[in-house]
Amino acid sequence: MHNSRIKSHPISAFLFLALTVILCSFSTNLFCAEATLKNASFIPQWSPQAQFAGYYVAFEKGIYKQYGIDLTIKTGGPHSVPVDLLEKGEVDFGTIWLSTAIQKRSQGIRLINISQIVQRSALMLVAKRGRGITKPEDINGKKLGLWRDEFRLQPLAFLKKFGLHVKIIPQSYSVNLFLRDGVDVVSAMWYNEYHTIMSAGVNPDELTSFFFHEYGLNFPEDGIYILEQNFKKDPAVACNFAKASIEGWQYAFKHPDEALDIVLKYMAMANAPANRVHQRWMLNRMKDLILPEDDKGIAIGTLSEQDYLRVAGELRRNGLISQTPEFGDFYKECAKHAEK
Amino acid sequence: MLKNKGIAFKLVLFFTLSSACIFAAIFTYNYFVSKRMIAKGIEENAGNLIMTTTNKIETMLSATQKVPENIAYFLENSTNDEQELFQVLYAIVEKNPEIYGAAIAFEPYAFRKDKEFFAPYFYKAYGAINFKYLDKHYNYFLWDWYQIPRELDQPQWIEPYFGEGGGILMSSYSVPFYKKVDGKRRVAGVIVVDISLESLRDIVSSIKILASGYGFLISKNGTFVTHPIKELIMNETIFTIAEAREDTKLRDVGRKMIKGEKGVAPMWVKSAVTGKSCWMAYMPIQSSGWSLGVLFPQDELMEDITNLNQIVLFLGITGLVLLAVAVVFIARSITGPLRHMAKATEHIGAGNFDIELPPVKTGDEVGKLSEAFSFMRESLKEYISELTEATASRERMESELKIAHDIQMGILPKKFPPYPERTEFDIYAMIKPAREIGGDFYDFFFVDDEQLCFVIADVSGKGIPAALFMALTKTLIKAKATMGLTTDKIISRVNEDLCIGNDMSMFVTIFCGMLNVKTGEVQYTNGGHNPPLLIKGNGDVSYFEMSGELLVGAMEEAQYTSRSVMLGRGDSLFLYTDGVTEAMNERNELFSDERLLRELSGFQDKNTEHLVSAVMQQIVEFTGSAPQSDDITMMMITYKGNQIS
Repeated sequence: MHNSRIKSHPISAFLFLALTVILCSFSTNLFCAEATLKNASFIPQWSPQAQFAGYYVAFEKGIYKQYGIDLTIKTGGPHSVPVDLLEKGEVDFGTIWLSTAIQKRSQGIRLINISQIVQRSALMLVAKRGRGITKPEDINGKKLGLWRDEFRLQPLAFLKKFGLHVKIIPQSYSVNLFLRDGVDVVSAMWYNEYHTIMSAGVNPDELTSFFFHEYGLNFPEDGIYILEQNFKKDPAVACNFAKASIEGWQYAFKHPDEALDIVLKYMAMANAPANRVHQRWMLNRMKDLILPEDDKGIAIGTLSEQDYLRVAGELRRNGLISQTPEFGDFYKECAKHAEK
Repeated sequence: MLKNKGIAFKLVLFFTLSSACIFAAIFTYNYFVSKRMIAKGIEENAGNLIMTTTNKIETMLSATQKVPENIAYFLENSTNDEQELFQVLYAIVEKNPEIYGAAIAFEPYAFRKDKEFFAPYFYKAYGAINFKYLDKHYNYFLWDWYQIPRELDQPQWIEPYFGEGGGILMSSYSVPFYKKVDGKRRVAGVIVVDISLESLRDIVSSIKILASGYGFLISKNGTFVTHPIKELIMNETIFTIAEAREDTKLRDVGRKMIKGEKGVAPMWVKSAVTGKSCWMAYMPIQSSGWSLGVLFPQDELMEDITNLNQIVLFLGITGLVLLAVAVVFIARSITGPLRHMAKATEHIGAGNFDIELPPVKTGDEVGKLSEAFSFMRESLKEYISELTEATASRERMESELKIAHDIQMGILPKKFPPYPERTEFDIYAMIKPAREIGGDFYDFFFVDDEQLCFVIADVSGKGIPAALFMALTKTLIKAKATMGLTTDKIISRVNEDLCIGNDMSMFVTIFCGMLNVKTGEVQYTNGGHNPPLLIKGNGDVSYFEMSGELLVGAMEEAQYTSRSVMLGRGDSLFLYTDGVTEAMNERNELFSDERLLRELSGFQDKNTEHLVSAVMQQIVEFTGSAPQSDDITMMMITYKGNQIS
């Protein structure tokens, strides 16, 4: 069901493609667009929420179709990890954190970044002012809740940078321990846990927020990935997918209410508890992360080599990778080559 | 603008407005007082209701709390016998219907040195009691139910959640338990019991206030645990609702609720079910840190008082309308006759006295006015008819006087020069009566070919008697003169005739002269008249000396003498009545003999007409606007001699 037709019948598909290419050179674009819709599948890192609004909006508004893609969006979640599904060939495209993707590539899973959507770290540390924390130095000697794996890279680098010694508490799936003052500092995603804390009655002015990009530790997060072999097979589809996804995001930011309706619809379909206020916060923060106001120079969806090297360097320092993969192999700036 | 409105309008406006103000004040006071009374009643009832409900919940939760707390106490002194733990856990789940599951979770390697994870868990499912170990895949160290009491080192109620495999709302109560290791009391693990919150939900949802009021329960995080709207449960917090409504006050109330305060929201809270404004009270569930909120729909609470106030308002407005009608009625009874009278006055002013007046119905001020008005009309009517009569008679008189004036003037010679063929003399005369008819007169006529008789006279008194007397005198003089008598004889005879039957004792001053046009000799008699002036051709002007003779008509025996004066060529005689010298100005000064003499001396132009006119002009200027008191008469004769010869 997930498999695209291209993969099930490679030879006939190739013939069909060749035929349409020949036909296309003699006919109108419209006919070609209709005639050459290619099947593809996509999975986001998590179950539907505004973190992925751009993809759902692009799908609902027919933007993928305009780019010649007949897309299937799979429902993400804790048991559907995009890297695994990509590796197994069960899905064509997926969103992955940059730090995860670099690690996986250095482990031999040849992922290619075709668009870096989230430019700025949403991961942050949050503390209560009431516990005496207003600046990084105040964290020294406190209890700090940290998630696992790549969620620890920036906080640890941050602690190192300020020479802080803390008691690390493994952070669970909620921020309740923090809310009940079981830890003094907690990890949070700006678009998610931060608002959860606010939604539990804590006012922003009672919190101190540490954004890693403010401390020279910016890690771009969600990017769109494809296996290298698939990319080589049909780079046009990959580039079209990236371009259509970016357009989906742009549409979502321009029409936030419509985008929220779409997201909430998918959340309901996935039986996920849907809270419009929370999703609105998430969409607004995604806009801040995808189009940071002070990064005017960077075009939406591009990965800067500087960011790439910073993340890879941090991974290497922590012994998570032994060598930095070549930037040019890892990232294909491809959306700009796409055509409708 | 208001000034020009009618009395009725003003009365209605002021009475209705002031009554409305009084009514509004009473109504408002009543409204607020009754509202306060009701609010007080509600507050008491609400307090009782909330208290009862929270007590029920507390009882239920604290019963559950006792179970793991007892186990913790038991475990502290027990050996870690697996079998024993199983029996205890099984018993807990079996014996407590509200307990859905129970686990004893040990710290890493605290149960046995080789076991990182050890947590037996008994739970109800599919109608039986099941068992499993919570293992490393589940990694219970990361879960709130373990981590929170462990880190806080105290028993905790965990945020409610939906139980796996169904929509059953659950919560867990976790109690850390301790063991002595090397003489130190250390946390050895956490005992947790899961309870279904269904019965708690039943308790809260049994709160029914009037038609649409309801209760809800929020957790320590503000998350809805129970709410009539299912979608809100475990999905929204009171703070996300406040954010969606952009209601910072609601957020503040929520913060107070999760801080364990009790109270009443300071504002109206919108019902999530009906959207109605509600009065909201809240109270904490002490044991779990949750909070119960109850919404009392305002309009339903206030329904009775709203109904009462609507009736009061209706009665008040009806009363105001009736009052307005009554005022209109009273005002009409006053202004009706007034308007009628105003109209009648217009008619009466236009002379229509027969207009019907409003009947006098009442004895009040309007009735009295009406009566007085009627009396005034009758008086006016009478007066006007009298006045009309008097006016008519005066007009008749005036017209008769006018005729008399014309006749009187008609008998005086008015044509100048009177004898154009006679060149020997010039004569000019002028009369200006003070009223329509006067007592002055002048006359001149030839007695024979050479003798010109000229007369100027002034009858005592004025008006018709004087005029008649003047006419008589003039006729008598002319009659006597034409008989060829000398002037003294003429005056004597006239005196005699006038004295006969002069009951009225009227008299006349007469200057009568006889000019011989050939010789210039003037023979004259002065019967008590002002002395004339002689104007010599060389410009000398002088008064005749006083004759000392009596005025005419007063005494029958009076004697008159005749005198004579010779006029040379160019000499003139200026005759006048006392109206000239006694003409008075506004300061009551007389024109005077001296002034007359001066004026006559001053004129170069000796033409009779010009001179007389000039003197008249001077008199007019002198008197100014002062009324003329006496007839003014002047006559001037200039002798020129026989120029032909």
